[in-house]
Amino acid sequence: MKKVSSHPIQTKIDDSAQADDGWRDAAPVQINNLFNIPIDFFELLDDISIGVAVLNPRREIVAINETLAALTGFRQREVSGIACSHILRSNVCLQNCPALSLNEKSGPKCVEGNLINIDRQLIPIRITSSPLIGMDGKMVGFVETVEDISLIRKVDETTRHAYKFNNIIGRSPEMEKIFQILPSLAQSDSSVLITGETGTGKDMVAETIHHSSNRAKGPFIKINCGALPETLLESELFGHRKGSFTGAIENKPGRFQQAHNGTLYLTEIGDLPLPLQVKLLTFLDDKEIFPLGSVKGSVADVRIIAATHRNLEQRVNDNRFRKDLLFRLNVIRLQLPPLRERQGDIQLLLDHFLNTFSSQLGKKKLSLSRKALKILLNYPYPGNVRELRNIVEYSLNICGERQIKSKHLPSYLLEANHLVTVSNDPERPSGVALKSEDHRYPGADTQQDWPDIEKRMIMEALVKFGGRKIKAASSLGWGRSTLWRKMKKYGIH
Amino acid sequence: MMSTKILIPFYENDIAPRFDLATEALIISGIGKDGPVDKRMVVLPRASADQLCHLIITEGVKVVICSGIEDDYYQYLVWKRIEVIDSVIGSSETALKRFAEGTLKPGDIL
Repeated sequence: MKKVSSHPIQTKIDDSAQADDGWRDAAPVQINNLFNIPIDFFELLDDISIGVAVLNPRREIVAINETLAALTGFRQREVSGIACSHILRSNVCLQNCPALSLNEKSGPKCVEGNLINIDRQLIPIRITSSPLIGMDGKMVGFVETVEDISLIRKVDETTRHAYKFNNIIGRSPEMEKIFQILPSLAQSDSSVLITGETGTGKDMVAETIHHSSNRAKGPFIKINCGALPETLLESELFGHRKGSFTGAIENKPGRFQQAHNGTLYLTEIGDLPLPLQVKLLTFLDDKEIFPLGSVKGSVADVRIIAATHRNLEQRVNDNRFRKDLLFRLNVIRLQLPPLRERQGDIQLLLDHFLNTFSSQLGKKKLSLSRKALKILLNYPYPGNVRELRNIVEYSLNICGERQIKSKHLPSYLLEANHLVTVSNDPERPSGVALKSEDHRYPGADTQQDWPDIEKRMIMEALVKFGGRKIKAASSLGWGRSTLWRKMKKYGIH
Repeated sequence: MMSTKILIPFYENDIAPRFDLATEALIISGIGKDGPVDKRMVVLPRASADQLCHLIITEGVKVVICSGIEDDYYQYLVWKRIEVIDSVIGSSETALKRFAEGTLKPGDIL
């Protein structure tokens, strides 16, 4: 239970100023008598790393902090006086509003649900609602905290199937070495550089390190350094100040600020543009970030985990990656082994993914025929664990029988031989890479995921039935709306 | 007079905060000088975005004015050539008035 306006600490809000669009700038809400000088109430709210909303007794918004504004997509200045349910847009608000059951004597109430943000994304959340009690003992409003629990949900789902270390599975000597080093690595606060071929589980290892570390309660923020243009990436990483460029209508915190007290995972670090490498270098040296358009830096307590499938030493030689940044990131280096070098793990992973996808697809656990198993055990898996997972998922989707036979496997696996070649690609971290030489089949692409395979299946079904969606959907075992959704997803017109 | 058929998911006199959780929908068949010419309230048996989409299609609705809507349903309706003005907060009357004036846009707080 929170008490406000308790003597001698007082929060002073100028009601007349709230109607003005720029009220927050014009009339700061002060907390008096807590320190020698008054402090800004909103600055205090904005320093909290989970979403916070202050509501009046009618459950209308009095104020929200930056985190909640970022979560919902609404601007802080436009939500004042609006019913909380219209801003949070949570199922909890309409079905089981926690504030409704609160009174002067209640403690906080916590419920889980979801919200739809302004980008039309459905986000799982946890809302904790508490009454705000005035000095006269009467309830003057509510304070609600809103946490994004999408990551926790995701981790919960994966750890249920854990075998060895959190969600990483393996019993080969190569993986045992990784499992031995991970706990001590998680406990340190040094930067980590994870390298390895595509599909070896770099993201999974990064998340495991975070969740096993002392920063586990803090945020784990992931950003793909190769996915955005340089200017956007700079704003995403470091944030920007209001007016720093056209369209910057208010201050925006960067991923570094969002990751405060947590971990920032920079994936595809090898693709980070050179100017941003300098900024990252500055942060690693000074632990201070400078948002775009700001001359004042702010300190962020963030652990950096970086990953890449590229050969960073080669990129340094090509002047595409700064040597000094490599040295700073390379405090602890974790080289993940390719699946072909993990003896015994293929069978283990096959069993694991068969179990996982069988339950996900609502099927009984299927077994592999002797021939299918032989093919799968002898395949070199250039796409590593991701490729193996996709093969299992594909086979389970295709198989309508009790046993997965060789005919249910992707066609490229049935080719006579998977020729092993020494890759000339200098970007390959291991120097030697295996790849199938026959690229006539789309499934042979090592980067190909289940979505690519699914897209191909849809195309083939549509072609087979002359574009008749009902028949194509039926042949795929889907309803028409499912086919429509998937066609939209893959941009098939 | 504007003859466009409009649907507004409804909740306690306002545009429902969530498309998928609305149990009532207001269907307006035309807007004249003095407001809606023909409007009726449809009570849905249960809150369901799929059922609401079905209603929109079968009723021949051309414009949906709503608040929070999941991207799948938004894209579906757009694909069906229905104009979706989403993230609108406020009363249905004000929204219709602004729509008739041609000034209603996604994200408006009325």
